Amino acid sequence: MKKKILIVDDEPNIVMSLEYTFKKQDFEVFIARDGSEALEILKHHIPNVVLLDVMMPNVDGYQTLKHIKNTDSLKDTKVVFLTAKNKASDIEKGLKLGADKYLTKPFSIKKIVSEILELVT
Amino acid sequence: MNNYALIIIIVIYLAVLFYIAFLGEKKRQSKWVNNPYVYTLSLAVYCSAWTYYGSVGIAANSGINFLPIYLGPVIAAPLWIVVLRKIIRISKQHKISSIADFISLRYGNNRFLGALVTVVCLFGTLPYISLQLKAVSETFEIMSDDSSYVSTTVIDDSTFYVALLLAIFATFFGTQNADASEKHKGIIATVAFESVLKLVFFLAIGIYVTFYLFDGTTDIYNQISVTENFKELTTLSGIEDGFNWFFLIGLSFMAIFLLPRQFQVSVLENNREKHLKKAIWLFPLYLLLFNLFVIFIAWAGKLTFGNTQNAEYYSLLLPLENGNSFLATLVFLGGFSAVISMVIVSTLALSTMVSNNLIIPYGFLDKFIKNQPERNSKYIKNIRRISIFTIIITAYFFYVIFSKELSLYSIGLISFVIISQLAPSFFIGLYWNRGSSKAAIIGILVGFFIAIYALVLPFTLQAYTGTDDFTQFGLLGIEVLKPYALFGIDFLSPPAHAFFWSMTFNIMSYLVFSLTSKGNYRERNYAEMFVDSKNFTKLQDSALVWKGEAHVADIKNVLIRFLGEKRATRALKIFFTKYKLPQDTQLADARLINFSEKLLTGSIGSASAKILIASVVKEEQISLVEVLKILEESKENIVSNKVLLEKSNELSQLSSKLKDANEELLSKDKQKDEFLDTVAHELKTPITGIRAATELLMDEEDNMPHEIKMQFLKNILQDSDRLGRLIHNILDFEKLETGRLHLDMQYQDLQKTITKAINSISQIAAKKQVNVYNKNVHSFKTNYDEDRILQVLTNLLSNAIKFCNAKTGEIEVDLKLGNAFVEISVTDNGKGIPEEDYDYIFDKFYQSKHQNTIKPQGSGLGLAITKQIIEKHNGKIWAKKDVKKGATLVFTIPFK
Repeated sequence: MKKKILIVDDEPNIVMSLEYTFKKQDFEVFIARDGSEALEILKHHIPNVVLLDVMMPNVDGYQTLKHIKNTDSLKDTKVVFLTAKNKASDIEKGLKLGADKYLTKPFSIKKIVSEILELVT
Repeated sequence: MNNYALIIIIVIYLAVLFYIAFLGEKKRQSKWVNNPYVYTLSLAVYCSAWTYYGSVGIAANSGINFLPIYLGPVIAAPLWIVVLRKIIRISKQHKISSIADFISLRYGNNRFLGALVTVVCLFGTLPYISLQLKAVSETFEIMSDDSSYVSTTVIDDSTFYVALLLAIFATFFGTQNADASEKHKGIIATVAFESVLKLVFFLAIGIYVTFYLFDGTTDIYNQISVTENFKELTTLSGIEDGFNWFFLIGLSFMAIFLLPRQFQVSVLENNREKHLKKAIWLFPLYLLLFNLFVIFIAWAGKLTFGNTQNAEYYSLLLPLENGNSFLATLVFLGGFSAVISMVIVSTLALSTMVSNNLIIPYGFLDKFIKNQPERNSKYIKNIRRISIFTIIITAYFFYVIFSKELSLYSIGLISFVIISQLAPSFFIGLYWNRGSSKAAIIGILVGFFIAIYALVLPFTLQAYTGTDDFTQFGLLGIEVLKPYALFGIDFLSPPAHAFFWSMTFNIMSYLVFSLTSKGNYRERNYAEMFVDSKNFTKLQDSALVWKGEAHVADIKNVLIRFLGEKRATRALKIFFTKYKLPQDTQLADARLINFSEKLLTGSIGSASAKILIASVVKEEQISLVEVLKILEESKENIVSNKVLLEKSNELSQLSSKLKDANEELLSKDKQKDEFLDTVAHELKTPITGIRAATELLMDEEDNMPHEIKMQFLKNILQDSDRLGRLIHNILDFEKLETGRLHLDMQYQDLQKTITKAINSISQIAAKKQVNVYNKNVHSFKTNYDEDRILQVLTNLLSNAIKFCNAKTGEIEVDLKLGNAFVEISVTDNGKGIPEEDYDYIFDKFYQSKHQNTIKPQGSGLGLAITKQIIEKHNGKIWAKKDVKKGATLVFTIPFK
């Protein structure tokens, strides 16, 4: 069965690169432009991993993560932050909230792919 | 009813009152006598026999005209919290014992003024007391069945004995203490008790008449409304009646403050200021209840008896007519209560004035200085006792001679008009420190004589000569001097007319003489103390200009004569301790003089106190030079104090400035951090896009389709542009924020700049098919930096285009001229600005939560920069609220 990934980011150009990359890796890709769209998608789909930006309008990354952690059906879903916030305190906060990985922008496509694959296999 | 039975009832009733007064004195500290309800009820001494009987008479004869006398106090009541509180405070501070004392002290213990006020009060109150005796006498006559018997001499006139009994009562409880500023708890307790009785009995008769004799209010109304003249009695007829009402309301408004008995109960007998809070609504309520049935009793009487001859006593006649003598007796006792409380409180107040402001300062002072303390206080008490008797007996003879002819109502109003002459010096003096004693004396005299001429003289002459020539033709036949129509004003009722003219001249004299003559230092000092009563202590201690020599021992001797050895010694000890002076101080200073005068004021009045103390003080005339020197010294003191104060203020300002600066620095640091964080974030985003796309494009193994390749390349281009724009804006913003940008101000045409701006965005607009037009095409020249304003306009316009819908978008640029600025607005018909965003859209990097999730191609700094530019031009920029559709952004540039 195909692995599923949900990409949550409000920057269309970044999303486009990530979408292309993971489709190539044979993932089924879902895209949300902010937290609220992500939560809507999560009602119907259970992805293996969620790639999550932090600073987004409406519902931000932290809130989205909290929601995922509080939802039973998503207990096996891994969450990876992908954000430009790279201060030590930000990273600590993200991990404390229960993110499985914390990756920073700008990123290397190769690195992202290997990190995600490591998580889902 | 049998005469003797009636007398027995009266005696029993008086005994009850004696007992209550006795209890009140004995339990001085009990809360039964010290509560706001007793205070309020004691204020109801206002409702005398005049109210009790007279109102019904007026209601029967001239309809609702009985009301203004109650409306005045009702209007005054809310003001008590300010005015009366101030009066009470001053009176307590100075141990004031009467209104004469109050006024004379305000004008620097002026002895003559105190005496004058006393005389005015005597003139105003004597007829009033006689009115009460008249009511007793007439009701007694109605109640007793052998009406054929008419008293011919004083000896067999029951009224005389009633007057005597009242005098004994007032003497006994009114002169317990030589210090008249002490409270008379016993008397107040009986007054409160009587206030309850008279109200209850009056309500009882009202209910009896309305609901027992008739079938309720509607029944009476229906019956009376078909009689003649009904309409005139229930409405105000025209402007003249309006004036009458106005003046009568004004009259009673003053009376509630100035009547000696009201001053006595409301000021001197006030225990706690906070009692006022209850009184201001409870007292009007009492008056309302009292007036509830007046009109119905009057109508019922009119319907029953057919005429209005004895209208004043309808409340007695109605139950008697229907054989209910029990109820009639209650009504009689209610009226009797009203009489007793009025007479006793009035004579108490008057006797204090007569002794402290008339007799003692004008004749007995020398005697006092030689006497022993016990004898002095006995003397003072005796003077008051004799005064009480004299006043009541005089009132009785006044009644015998005059009052029999006059109605209760007219006598009452005469009293009010006379008393109201004190109003200007009392009220204005309370709030205006220029008011001088000379002005007060002249004002009162002028007003008093006009009142006498226009109100008292006519009926006195008529009583003597039996003709009304004086009223008809005026003094010596001069038309403009007709007492009821002075200077041609003939439409007012005699009391309103007299009130109007006397008050006009009184106030005018007061103001004119106050402005033209200045009082002496002592007077101005007291004026200051009264007007600025909050700073009383400070003023009293420091401001008195006094120079003289006095030995403490001499002053102490004077004090001992009135207070006794023990109290005098203790008072001085307290004084020395308070001002940190050695206990064996020999020479007295101004403060001690003041203090001693205050101590004596309660016993002998302020004017006498001043004279007494002055007698042992070698007071020197202060020369002008010395006064100037004293003033100079105090000024120097003030100046040096001021310098110190300024220095300390400066210091505290400096430290608070430092604190602010520190906080500002900290917050600037924090802001700077946040700003850098955000900048970093904003820069990283396009870089991330570029990096990711480039990495994908570089992967040679991947056979990327051509169109995707092109897309990624386009993205890279876009992100690079964004990056460039961002860097440019950040630098721009930083320059503006740190103030390093200098505007290139030129005198030029704004219209041209607007056109340039519209042209520069016309391509983007055309692409989206948005229509941009300029509403006002008139040129307007002013000073501004064209490049910067162009930047602002372009920014606003491209924002507008961004938020407009394609094809239907409309953008309007407008220019308006204000008073000192030009206002330029950019309005679009797009989706508008959400309410919660109004305050933030000019913040850097602010992004609306409601923004479309596809990021607009902005840097997040556009509006923030715009705002900086406008502020640099000393203008303002804002988004208009309450716009129905779309958004309107407005900015202004000032011009000279």
